[in-house]
Amino acid sequence: MNQKLRWTPWVVLRESLFYALLVGVAIIMALPFYWMVVTSLKPDADIFSDPIRWIPQRVTFEHYVKAFTLVPFSRYFWNSTVMALLGVLANLILGSLAGYAFARMRFPGREGLFKMKLASLLIPGVVTLIPSFIILKSFPLAGGNNLLGQGGQGLLNSYWAIVLPGAAGAFAVFFMRQFFRTLPDDLMDAARVDGASEFRIFWSIYLPLCGPALATLGIFTFQAGWNVFLWALIVFNDPKMSTVQMGLQSFSFNHQTDYGPLMAASVVVSLPVLIVFLFAQRYFTQSISFTGAKG
Amino acid sequence: MLHNPPATPARVAPAPPYRSRLLRHESRMAYAFISPAMILFLIFTLLPAVFAFFLSFTNYDILSPIKWVGLANYQRLMTDDLFRRGVLNVAYYALLYVPLMIALSLSLGLALNRKRPGMALFRTLFYLPAVTSSIAAATVWTWMFQKNYGVVNQTLDVFGITGPNWLASSDSAMYAIVIVTLWQGLGSNIIIYLAGLSGVPTYLYEAAALDGASPWQQFRYITVPALRTTTFFVVFMSLIGAFQLFDQAYVMTQGGPGYATTTAVYQIYSNGFTQLRMGYASAQAFVLAIAILCVSLISMRLNRDSGLG
Repeated sequence: MNQKLRWTPWVVLRESLFYALLVGVAIIMALPFYWMVVTSLKPDADIFSDPIRWIPQRVTFEHYVKAFTLVPFSRYFWNSTVMALLGVLANLILGSLAGYAFARMRFPGREGLFKMKLASLLIPGVVTLIPSFIILKSFPLAGGNNLLGQGGQGLLNSYWAIVLPGAAGAFAVFFMRQFFRTLPDDLMDAARVDGASEFRIFWSIYLPLCGPALATLGIFTFQAGWNVFLWALIVFNDPKMSTVQMGLQSFSFNHQTDYGPLMAASVVVSLPVLIVFLFAQRYFTQSISFTGAKG
Repeated sequence: MLHNPPATPARVAPAPPYRSRLLRHESRMAYAFISPAMILFLIFTLLPAVFAFFLSFTNYDILSPIKWVGLANYQRLMTDDLFRRGVLNVAYYALLYVPLMIALSLSLGLALNRKRPGMALFRTLFYLPAVTSSIAAATVWTWMFQKNYGVVNQTLDVFGITGPNWLASSDSAMYAIVIVTLWQGLGSNIIIYLAGLSGVPTYLYEAAALDGASPWQQFRYITVPALRTTTFFVVFMSLIGAFQLFDQAYVMTQGGPGYATTTAVYQIYSNGFTQLRMGYASAQAFVLAIAILCVSLISMRLNRDSGLG
C-alpha cells in the first residue's frame, strides 16, 4: 500500500498528523510506567520537587531495599507466585480434561451440562462473594473444622481459598472445548482401533497438539491469578497470607504515603506479567480476540 | 471476525439409547473427565447463587446463628441512601466510561488497522496498561494525581491550567477514576476491534470506492454495520465491568471524598465484611446481580435481533 502513496503536500500533512496523534496517545499510555520507575529510583528529596524532575539526577536503589524490609514483601511475592501458578496448573489440567470430554466424547447430557457450566460466566462475581466465603469458612474437616464445618476457620487463610474456587473456570473449559473441536477425528478412531484407553487418547494424542492453546490459557490464567484483589482481601486476614496486591496497601500509614518504596513495590508487582507479555505477546492477544470473536 | 479456525462440526452422536459397550465405557470416562470441573461448579457457583438468595432473607453475622427476617433486608434497601448513592455513582460512571471507551477504542482500532509501518509497535504500547494489575495502576495514578507534585497537575501547569485536587474533591474524583479505567481498559478493546475489522471483507470497500463513496460514507455504511456485533460485545463487557467497579475506588479514594466515589460493590463489601451484615449485603448483591443480568439479557437480545449475532 505504501508504494501506492503519492507524496503530495496533503498526504504528507495527513500522515504526519496521523503519526503525531498515535505518538501522543503512546506517551499517555507509557507515562505511568515511566513515572513509576523514575520515582522509584529517585532519592526522597527529589520525589517532591517543583518544578518536576523528569530525569532523575541521582539514581538510588534504596527504595527497593526499603520496600522489602519495611513490609514483608518477599513473603507476599511468594504467596502471589504460588497461588497464581497453582491456578494455572489446575486450570490447564481440569480445563482441558473437561474441554476434551465436551468436545470429543459422546455421553448423555453433554450439551446440557456444558451449557450449565457456560452459564456461570453470566453470574456476576459479586453475588457469589458472601456465600463462597461462608462455604470456604465452613468447609468440613479443614482448618480446625469438624465434620459439620464448625469450630475453625475452614479453608480461609490458606492457598486453597484462592485456588479452589477458580480451579476449573468456565472460560478454561469453554476455551479448551473450542480448541479440541478444531482437531481431526481420524486420530481418535485410529487409536481406538489400536485399543488405546480414553485417557491415553486424550493425554498422548490430543493434548500434545494443544501447545498454543495451553500457552494462551496459561498466560491468561496467570495474569488473572496474579492480579486478583477483592477476593483475596476477603479470604485472607492473616498478614502472612497477603498477596502483592494487598501488600501495596501497606505503604500508607496514617494518610502519610511513602511514595518511593510504594513505587518500587509497584514496579516489582507489575514486572512478572510485563515480562511474560513482552516475550509472549501473541498469546495474550489471542485470548482477547477469542473472547471478542465468540462473544 | 473469527480469529481461530472455524470449528469442524461436532460429531453427530448416534441416537440413544447407548447400548454398545464401547459407548457405555466412553460416557463413563467422559463423566470422570468432567467431574472435577462440574463439582467445583456445583460448590462454588450453583450452591453460592442459591445460598445468596436464601441469605438475603436472613440476618447473619458469622458469630450468631442465621435468623430468618423475611423481606426486611429488601425493605431496608429501599431507604438505604448509601446503597442508592453507590448505584447512582456506578450509573454515572458507566455513562461517562462506556461512550468514551467505544469512541476511543474504535478510533484507535481503525488507526492501527491502516497498513502503515510501526503499527505493531503502537499496538504493543497501547496494550501494556492492560497487563498491569488494576491495583498497581491505581497506585501509580494516585501518585500522578497528587495535587502539587503530581505529574498531571504539573503538566497542566505548563499550559497555564491549574489542575484540581483530583482525588480530594468530590467534583473531580470520579473523573480521575474514569481516566484510570479508560487508560487500563483501552488495550483489550482495541485488540477486539482489530479482530473485528480483520473480518470485514476488503472487496466491500473496493466496490464502494468504485461507486464513488467517500471515506466517511464507507465508514458509515460498511465499517459501522460490520462492527455491530463487536461493538455490542464491547458495550456489554464494559457495562458489566462498570457495574462492578471496586478496585480503583478502593485504592484511590476509599469511596470518598464524602461518598462521591462509593460504588455498589464497595457498599456490599463494607456491609458484608467490615460490618458483618452478611444477610443485608446479600440482598444488595442480589439486586445488583439482577440489574447486571437484565443488562446482559437485553443486550444479547438486541444483538440477536440485529441479525448479526
